[in-house]
Amino acid sequence: MIVKIEEKGAVILIEVKEERLDAHNSGELKTQMLNLFEEGKINIVVDLQEVRFVDSSGLGALVSGFKNASARNGNLKLSGLQPQVKSMFELTRLHRVFEIFPGTEEALASF
Amino acid sequence: MEEKIEVNIKVPNQTRYLSLIGKIGEDVARALKRFRGDREELAYHINLVLTEAMSNAIRHANEGDPEKVVHVTIVIEDQDLTIRVYDQGQGFDVCSTAAPEFKNLDEHGRGIYIIRSLMDRVTYSECRGGHVLEMVKALR
Repeated sequence: MIVKIEEKGAVILIEVKEERLDAHNSGELKTQMLNLFEEGKINIVVDLQEVRFVDSSGLGALVSGFKNASARNGNLKLSGLQPQVKSMFELTRLHRVFEIFPGTEEALASF
Repeated sequence: MEEKIEVNIKVPNQTRYLSLIGKIGEDVARALKRFRGDREELAYHINLVLTEAMSNAIRHANEGDPEKVVHVTIVIEDQDLTIRVYDQGQGFDVCSTAAPEFKNLDEHGRGIYIIRSLMDRVTYSECRGGHVLEMVKALR
């Protein structure tokens, strides 16, 4: 899986550079986030601007990240959801769980 | 003339083929002659239910065995879209899976809920050498 990870002050920005976030590659995203938590990085923005398709495994990886960040008194927020991807969050009610921003700037500024 | 399309695919029991099958499903949706609804939404939903059903077959029914095969058929006939995903496992009854508890924030369990939400009829039954998950959507 291709991701770009950048430190933006106290927040880590993870840009997912894949068209699909599914059962084939979502485990890698989960591992990347676990590595960050182990380094003490607990505030994360995951940018999904380039992701056109997400399945239940992709959603599960993001839920895992959210739960891990929350358990450490941090937060995981999302940005750049394409309409079909956003509809998946609505179908599974996860839009009520995550803070979702149109772009990375707004998401980073919200911490 | 009645439009009939039948696509028949077999791939190794590996998640790397999810994208291929999903895209074939999307192309079938885009090629439909008479569908009057939102074609891009239908394409996305077919991609999604194929991905979810195949993931279940690969990981649960076929227990991740790379030597096994997943067989998928997509049939359009009489304004019904029927997707069948055949596994070679002992069975993983998706129809008995409870709906996810949304407030519990489980990491798993949303796949079957998604399939049931997007398709009109879902059944899981025994067939020769394994089981088949059948998902039907009326295209009217």
